[in-house]
Amino acid sequence: MLHGLGQNLAFGLLVGALYGLVALGLSLIFGVTKFLNVAHGELLMFGGYASFWAFSLLGLDPFLSIPITILFLLIIGALLYMLVFSRTAKLPEESKIKNTLLVAFGLSVILQNLALRFWTADERGITTSYARIVFTLFDVRFPLVRLACLLVAIAFLLGLQLFLKKTYTGKAIRATVQNWEAASLMGIDIHKVYLLSFALGAALAGVAGTLVAVNYSIMPAMGLGWTMKALIVMVLGGLGNIPGTFIGGLVLGVTESATSFFISSNYREVAGLVLFFLVLVFRPQGLFGTKES
Amino acid sequence: MNKSKIASIVLVILAVVFLAVFPLVFKKDSTINVIILILLYMTIASSWNILGGYTGQTNLGHAAFFGIGSLAARILWVKGLSFSLSFLAGGLVAVILALLIGFPAFKLKGVYFAIGTLALAQILNVTVGNILPEMSYNPSLADYQLVPRYYLFLALALVTIGSAYLLVNSRIGLGMMAVREGEDAAESLGISALKHKLIALLVSAFFAGLVGGAFAYYHVSYYLNMPFGPEWTFDSMMMAYIGGTGTIIGPIIGSIFFVGLKQLLVWNVGEYHLIIFGVLFILIVLFLPGGLVEIWQKIQKMFTRRRRLEESNLSAMKRAEPLRKGD
Repeated sequence: MLHGLGQNLAFGLLVGALYGLVALGLSLIFGVTKFLNVAHGELLMFGGYASFWAFSLLGLDPFLSIPITILFLLIIGALLYMLVFSRTAKLPEESKIKNTLLVAFGLSVILQNLALRFWTADERGITTSYARIVFTLFDVRFPLVRLACLLVAIAFLLGLQLFLKKTYTGKAIRATVQNWEAASLMGIDIHKVYLLSFALGAALAGVAGTLVAVNYSIMPAMGLGWTMKALIVMVLGGLGNIPGTFIGGLVLGVTESATSFFISSNYREVAGLVLFFLVLVFRPQGLFGTKES
Repeated sequence: MNKSKIASIVLVILAVVFLAVFPLVFKKDSTINVIILILLYMTIASSWNILGGYTGQTNLGHAAFFGIGSLAARILWVKGLSFSLSFLAGGLVAVILALLIGFPAFKLKGVYFAIGTLALAQILNVTVGNILPEMSYNPSLADYQLVPRYYLFLALALVTIGSAYLLVNSRIGLGMMAVREGEDAAESLGISALKHKLIALLVSAFFAGLVGGAFAYYHVSYYLNMPFGPEWTFDSMMMAYIGGTGTIIGPIIGSIFFVGLKQLLVWNVGEYHLIIFGVLFILIVLFLPGGLVEIWQKIQKMFTRRRRLEESNLSAMKRAEPLRKGD
């Protein structure tokens, strides 16, 4: 029992790190642009397919195909911003969030059906040659693939933090978050900042998609489920709060694994959604956010 | 009563008569099924529109009411209760569900309400799928008749649209629209936002539950959690938007358009209709928030303005006439 619990907790944390990465792009986009991109799960799916095809056609290892995924999703993200989301950039915040939510729903329908056309409804996944390697520590098993995913997730989280904190562009992004009008008066091109943030967010969704393809499976209808996960994590961690997002991911991962341990794995998803709704109603600033932001 | 009002009443009567005699003239099942599909979507989109369009609360959990209505009606009906009672029970159960989730959900404002209701509907969707994973079969397949089902859908669509019309033209309807335009402003005028939102939600859920019951009557066999699927919400929302939210005619146009497009495209190229529909939906949200109805109104306004211009020119000429005579 106790051993099972430890194993469950470990898995919950590993899955949670992946959830954190899944939500990172959504959180970045929402934090900077106030676009609620609920087509996030579809972008993630595109990333998964990019790695899947790189793996099955070129024989490229999924972890090595991450740069390809990033490039692919940067382009898609930039296109989506220029064609669609840029039209709402100057709206007041309330209607911007609502309009982008609606627009992104339309987009998710389009992307999902495009994927259905291109890649059929089949469920696919990437099984690497090292998929079965497992390390054991204090009787708790750690699959190599999951550990690698944890490393990737942490690397991208830290990378994003460093980029935002240390680089000039990152500072411009943060200035825009604080007050886009003042930032634009200081000579920051808001459209460029939005474009960059959106493309980066899409790229992060793509990386998450690669990891999802390695750990789970990918198919055209997967989008909404992963969008919900990303939304849950983002709300748990506090909207637009990047370190909070990661912790939110861990909380969701542990909640899910505890649910499958104590109740049934059929209710993993429900547990996350219930938690999400409760936090929305009682702590809209997130589990770790402060009242003001 | 002005001319355009009489014209629209005549048009409505003609449409109803046409739909009423339709299955007597066109006896082909596939044609009747298409009209049933339109009526089904028309009803669910109109019911969404009461809360989503007129009251401004983007409800992304509408499928929950449709689903629970169909679930209750189907189970009671299969267990042997008469269909008419099961059907009403479906609507009632949806109202009870709306009462249960209304209070917590309306603590959420704006976009939080949208994603909160989506979460609630998904909770129900997954839970029902877990508890009742089996396929539900029609108990009396031998005497399945399409025409009575057609009339059920027709009557339901008419009652839903009629009730929506009466509701939005009542004092409560004005209150709902005031809440949509600005909750704080409405509250400051003594309009209880919560009360109006709740009324809109209950009416909206009631009709969604009823149409769920009709769906349970119509479909031969389906997975019991299928009507809980989020696509029911998204499709009705897109239909309402494409036709024009916050109008009576909007969801009607949207549903005809949706099913028509599906019929046109489904034969040769798969699910392309959803791609086109998605593109159109985005264009409408971005550039034409009034939907297709707005295009129509704009054209109409252009014509009436021209007519008025011509009339004023005419009267100006008439006034000018005596002067010309005078010189």
